Amino acid sequence: MFKKALLAGVALSALATSAMAAGLSGDKVVVGVLTDLSSIYADVAGKGSIAAAEMAVADYGGKVLGKPIEILTADHQNKADIGANIAREWIDSKGADVLVDLVTSSVGLAVQGIGGEKGVVTINSGAATVRLSQKECTATSFHWMYDTYSLAHVTTPTVVAEGGDSWFILTADYAFGHSLEADASAVLKDLGAKLVGTVRHPFPSADLSSFLLQAQASGAKVVALANAGQDTINSVKQGSEFGIVAGGQKLVALLAFLSDIHSIGLELGQGLLVTEGFYWDLDEETRAFSKRFQEKFGKPPTMVQAGVYSSTLHYLKAVEAAGTDEGKVVAAKMKELPIKDPVLRNATIGANGRVLHDMYLFQVKTPAESTGEWDVYKPVKTVPGAQAFQDPKQSGCALAQ
Amino acid sequence: MFELIGIPPQALFGQLLLGLINGSFYALLSLGLAVIFGMLNVINFAHGALYMLGAFVAWFLLQYLGLGYFWALILSPVIVGGVGIVIEKTMLSRLYKLDHLYGLLLTFGIALILEGGFKHEFGVSGQSYPVPSTFAGGTNLGFMFLPYYRGWVVLLSIVVCLATWYAIEKTRLGSYLRAATENPRLVQSFGINVPVMITMTYGVGVALAGLAGVMAAPIYSVNPLMGSNLIIVVFAVVVIGGMGSIFGAVVSGYMLGILEGLTKVFFPEASNIVVFVIMVVVLLARPAGLFGRER
Repeated sequence: MFKKALLAGVALSALATSAMAAGLSGDKVVVGVLTDLSSIYADVAGKGSIAAAEMAVADYGGKVLGKPIEILTADHQNKADIGANIAREWIDSKGADVLVDLVTSSVGLAVQGIGGEKGVVTINSGAATVRLSQKECTATSFHWMYDTYSLAHVTTPTVVAEGGDSWFILTADYAFGHSLEADASAVLKDLGAKLVGTVRHPFPSADLSSFLLQAQASGAKVVALANAGQDTINSVKQGSEFGIVAGGQKLVALLAFLSDIHSIGLELGQGLLVTEGFYWDLDEETRAFSKRFQEKFGKPPTMVQAGVYSSTLHYLKAVEAAGTDEGKVVAAKMKELPIKDPVLRNATIGANGRVLHDMYLFQVKTPAESTGEWDVYKPVKTVPGAQAFQDPKQSGCALAQ
Repeated sequence: MFELIGIPPQALFGQLLLGLINGSFYALLSLGLAVIFGMLNVINFAHGALYMLGAFVAWFLLQYLGLGYFWALILSPVIVGGVGIVIEKTMLSRLYKLDHLYGLLLTFGIALILEGGFKHEFGVSGQSYPVPSTFAGGTNLGFMFLPYYRGWVVLLSIVVCLATWYAIEKTRLGSYLRAATENPRLVQSFGINVPVMITMTYGVGVALAGLAGVMAAPIYSVNPLMGSNLIIVVFAVVVIGGMGSIFGAVVSGYMLGILEGLTKVFFPEASNIVVFVIMVVVLLARPAGLFGRER
């Protein structure tokens, strides 16, 4: 026992000394916000993510360890190669210490790989694929707000418990859709519910009515959407046009963001079940934060944008506590420190970099229930992180074994 | 239940009808493109952006002036046509002496500027535009549920396509127009103002895109990317029908809409490439398109 404590003490003091010696590279901390500014996820992340990172830096006081914090921003256009090039350039020639947002699964995976190779912290709050915290995890990677596993595990059991025991899934035909379809199918199988059929539609697809008609003809009690953004918006609109909900089937969007619901409108969206990791109207603290964000940006934050705020703030705290911006040391410190901010509730970080926190199931309000432009959700239930997310030990990430 | 080619007849008829509805948009848009190419020899890459503009104008009219769908159906094509006239007068008319490619590059640039501007202002999630109350609801046809609005879209587009075809092929103005494209100098020497006619033709061509935009607004959300999503397919439709052939554009528009609908039943993943596969086959067999003439 004594020997162990002594060893731990020596190790810790060694770490502390090396950290002190390291200080800050380039005499500043450089935060890179790599996001989609021009393509289909520009409203989910985009400029709002940049605003969120700026707000986190300002709230932290603009300085860490007495040195300035600089923000870099760029548009990866949803293309993995462009994202990877920007990440390399930022790390190699601009001294980026942390990359945040990273919306879009393909870009997220590519950038996370580079971060791992170069020992730079990458924090993904935008992309959904659960692979980020599975085999492809790195010592410096974090997955912040949500993933396909949590989307499938929060929504599906509730719908099944309410009697929705036969499903038809409409899947966007690319990595994210496949991953979400697989996760949801697994949950259905565990619960003994029936998967009547699936159809994979091209991504993106303006006209989804053919696929919706197939779902309608299947007679399944639940029509689930494993797509995102514009595809989800069009599915809901066209589903209503073809009388899917009016005909007695339940429409479930496995992934929808606040901005999507706003665009769909309550008239068509009412009753829809949505899983989110953040909503502006959860409690006093989220309301106060979102109000400040809205004053700066014009709209309340989506879950992704709130995640950029939360993760940037937590990163800065870890740099302060570690006394350095050396990637691996900061990453270890991030996993050690408690997450305390207006965005996340009951949050811890697994050894695989997965942030485990409360997830929420919401139902979209009716126009009569809504009191304002952004008042769109009523809470259905809160699922604790340990239930909503995959157990890090089961993730296949080498760091969590 | 008996099955037809492996799927229930209900699903098959449903998809055929949906294909016809999508074909209506293809036909309207490719009609405008064919008119512009046939008369001006310009490959109008801005067509998709002007279609998007048509939808946005409808939304502006509702949002800021409280003018509903039927007003938009009239005003939006007029406004988009007006924008087209300005584009033709100030920019396109300077390029007629040059190769086709310059017109294509110019209109491509205009499309990028329009889309970029709207994306900057309105984001990408889109604005919702309600189905007009006149066409709310739908009817059960036995094999599918047909929303009234979609039925209206098919009817209106058939009427507009027929009227345009009639105006160009059967009226005196149309015959002047066709003559002017063959030999502008000769027609001008008869005292007909050819430049004005060409400007008007471009205006009418893009007004058709604007009209399609208004018709699309209640079905798809009004968003800056809606034109660029559609334009490539519409170009393929025009190529298949035969560049410049009005009849070819309309027929291949409906036909490809239906073929695409059928693909969605049998092999959904291929539904967004089937049009291009057909384009390749048609170009190999008949390089001028199904109804085109060799120039």
